[in-house]
Amino acid sequence: MLDKIFTGGKKYWAWMIFLSSIIGAGTLAYLHQYEVGLGVTGMGRDVTWAFYISQLTFFVGVAASAVMVVLPYYLHDYKKFGKITILGEFLAIGAVIMCMTFVFVDMGQPLRVVNMFLHPQLTSPMFWDSVSLMGYLVLNIVISRVVLNAERNGVKPPKWIKPVIYTSIPWAVSIHTVTAFLYCGLAARPFWMSAIMAPRFLATAFAAGPALLIIICFVLRKVSKFDVGKDAIQKLAVIAAYAMFANIFFLALEFFTAYYSGMHHHTQHFQLLYVGLEGNSSLVPWMWTSTVLAAISLYILINPNTRKNEKILGFGAIAVFLSIWMDKGMGLIIAGLVPNPLGYVVDYTPTLIELTISAGIFALGALIISALYKSVLTIRRQV
Amino acid sequence: MKRRDFITATALAAAFGLAGKPVYNVLASKDALASKTGKRLAMVIDLKKFEGNSEMMNKCVDACHSMHNVPDIEGAKEEVKWIWPEPFEHAFLEQNNQFIPENIQNNPILIMCNHCDNPPCVGVCPPKATWKRAEDGVVMMDWHRCIGCRYCMAACPYGSRSFNWRDPRPKIKNITANFPTRSKGVVEKCTFCDERIVKGLEPACVVASKMYEPEAMVFGDLNDDKSNIRKILSENYSIRRKPELSTQPEVYYLI
Repeated sequence: MLDKIFTGGKKYWAWMIFLSSIIGAGTLAYLHQYEVGLGVTGMGRDVTWAFYISQLTFFVGVAASAVMVVLPYYLHDYKKFGKITILGEFLAIGAVIMCMTFVFVDMGQPLRVVNMFLHPQLTSPMFWDSVSLMGYLVLNIVISRVVLNAERNGVKPPKWIKPVIYTSIPWAVSIHTVTAFLYCGLAARPFWMSAIMAPRFLATAFAAGPALLIIICFVLRKVSKFDVGKDAIQKLAVIAAYAMFANIFFLALEFFTAYYSGMHHHTQHFQLLYVGLEGNSSLVPWMWTSTVLAAISLYILINPNTRKNEKILGFGAIAVFLSIWMDKGMGLIIAGLVPNPLGYVVDYTPTLIELTISAGIFALGALIISALYKSVLTIRRQV
Repeated sequence: MKRRDFITATALAAAFGLAGKPVYNVLASKDALASKTGKRLAMVIDLKKFEGNSEMMNKCVDACHSMHNVPDIEGAKEEVKWIWPEPFEHAFLEQNNQFIPENIQNNPILIMCNHCDNPPCVGVCPPKATWKRAEDGVVMMDWHRCIGCRYCMAACPYGSRSFNWRDPRPKIKNITANFPTRSKGVVEKCTFCDERIVKGLEPACVVASKMYEPEAMVFGDLNDDKSNIRKILSENYSIRRKPELSTQPEVYYLI
């Protein structure tokens, strides 16, 4: 199946070379960080987790969202998702590899990561997060490979793959639940210590993931003969609409408990995000942009006239994706750490090195996903 | 009922029964207090005795930092510190009442790792590079095992942990030969001078404070009912940092 990666036209190769050059730049930046230490990033003794861990959190969601095509197709026999199930699984593979890379570049002693498996602390959510992410990666590699090989050979997939596929469904939910457990069990961080952190994560995942799939389907229509069909895209849009609504509802619940109880150490993090705190307002424009995009996307997704117009729907999908990325990939992690436990409001700005390394990881994910999509489209003769 | 079903049902019931006991124990657990066996090392800091004596306070910090090869890094972003003075409003931010006496408001307070009985940093550390020592309750660190994920720093409610954002060695003024230096990319913190405790010595900061005041800092075993620290705590009302989080911090402050 992977042999098809290395066939392709000029545009395909240009795209892959473009991504590779970004990966190269990211690698060089990482070598610098490896040499000097994490001091080359904008993080410090108070904002100890920032852009890298935020991206991990966001892309675990993208990975988990594959379940939103796998579940309707395999559990409800929704045939119209037949063509994109594999796209969802490949997206998950790329996203999980991005997540693992983001964790890796965030480590102070990356070569010692093996200690986590030699001496595992079973009460640490980080240990379980790595276990569940690796398991999810293996599940998706096995499933996509077996199903695609069967399709290529024109035979039915073997029977044993069904239970493996069924396992991947709760497993997808588990990876994002455990990611939420990284944060929501910490008494030291009132902003994160919320029982709806895991449902919130899942809602954002099931909105941003299908939105990204819609965007990908539109792109594939442009660059290949692959067309998933109007119905499948509409179904994805409806899923994204429900999930986005749930996400906004959960966020409103967080606001209610913080502001109705009036507990300062809960509200101050919202203040940092939405109005600024003690002169620190660097996240405020991001959060309001996220809010406006959320409102626009909800309008586009809920109103049938706009949803069914694929040109407008494209904008809606981009709005969902960006809105959630700003909320989860920018605000959530940093706001949990500021003010710090001693009440100091500190600022965080990612450095160019940090952003270059991150761009390299984004490009790595895009490269993996492009290569995998290339192979499936070649096999289906839809290039 | 068929025999096979009966055996299955019995096995399931037994499994639930076995699982039930630990589940019940978790649900019924009370605030974690240190074990009553072994030592339970703790510290009392008498704020009145530090009043107006910033020299004593600085000597305590210097004694610790020079003995433990703590680098001297400018700027709050990458600072490494094991024990340091902090204003009352930050050390005790939940207890910063509006009209507190000036002496409390204006005198900084020494803070450090609280060596909690229920340390959140220990449970989250993926490779068990930090742990609570069973025999005396000290929260220890293995700087050769730490992977630098900084989860312990996110979990600590006291900001007591520092990370080496760069190689700390060029920033150490005079290296103390018999104590390890750290490499970049690992977390470090106060260990109650575990290397001195095993020799029967008191922590460096306590010794430094005794040059000025005999009982400004008192170190001892809370499980020993005849210890001086127990006597002081039963005769004076003490406060602790963020006790509401159930971490059971073992540094007590007399105000």
